[in-house]
Amino acid sequence: MVNITALLAGLIFGLGLILAGMADPAKVLAFLDITGAWDPSLALVMGGAIAVGSIAFAVAGRRSRSYLGLPMHLPTARVIDKRLVLGSLAFGIGWGMAGICPGPALVLLGAGSREGIVFVAAMLLGMGGFEILERSKSVERPKMGRHV
Amino acid sequence: MLIDWSHFTPWSALAGGMTIGIAAALFVLLNGRIAGISGIVGGLFRLQTGDMGWRIAFVAGLVAAPLVWQLFHRLPDLHINTGYGMLALAGLIVGVGTRYGSGCTSGHGICGMSRLSPRSIIATLVFMCTGFVTVYMMRHVFGG
Repeated sequence: MVNITALLAGLIFGLGLILAGMADPAKVLAFLDITGAWDPSLALVMGGAIAVGSIAFAVAGRRSRSYLGLPMHLPTARVIDKRLVLGSLAFGIGWGMAGICPGPALVLLGAGSREGIVFVAAMLLGMGGFEILERSKSVERPKMGRHV
Repeated sequence: MLIDWSHFTPWSALAGGMTIGIAAALFVLLNGRIAGISGIVGGLFRLQTGDMGWRIAFVAGLVAAPLVWQLFHRLPDLHINTGYGMLALAGLIVGVGTRYGSGCTSGHGICGMSRLSPRSIIATLVFMCTGFVTVYMMRHVFGG
């Protein structure tokens, strides 16, 4: 059941990305190009998603278990540290270079885009490399808080 | 600032955004998890038994989305004008950056902003700004 709902959530998420235009890197770049011919559409994507999300997370925040009886894994970290800022800074650069972030990358992969395959392969390499680096470090010091 | 009205798609953007919001809502209310793509994918590399199934299922759903879409509708055109070298470099930076910063557009930008998490608000501001600056540099300073 848990995996079925995860599959459905992923599927609906992906359909939303396609409908929103986020799966089209050119449209994402047109949104990021504020000094050029600016396409503000993606601001509405975030607005629409946050409008629905904020209701769901308000409900989720008051529960200790999900409706399927699973523990709520909500992030607890509160410290704004160097990792958060530098990581996000780098992510923004990569996002601006190609107009692709992780969700749309996987949708492009599913669409059979060769560019999507290259991007996802490199992204997985980066994520795997990060994990190896983290492991070698966590031998020295214990791992910090939860993600997001 | 010059708005490109001919490419502005407010209704599909809003509807698509709300669909994404519904997916994130279902995921947190049923699975108790944050729909943050970089966290879900990156967590696969931890190879923890019992923590893999739902991650693989979510990713499978996401990858299957364009296939399911095509059962009902023609897929919208996806334009990529970036060379393979640049794509690979961008992918690598996105992979490392999102893991180092604990999230991407979905985890911080949508879920975190919905929760009014101060960390996510800062992260979103930072990656939005560097995204704007990067495109500015590439298109209007070095490119052309």
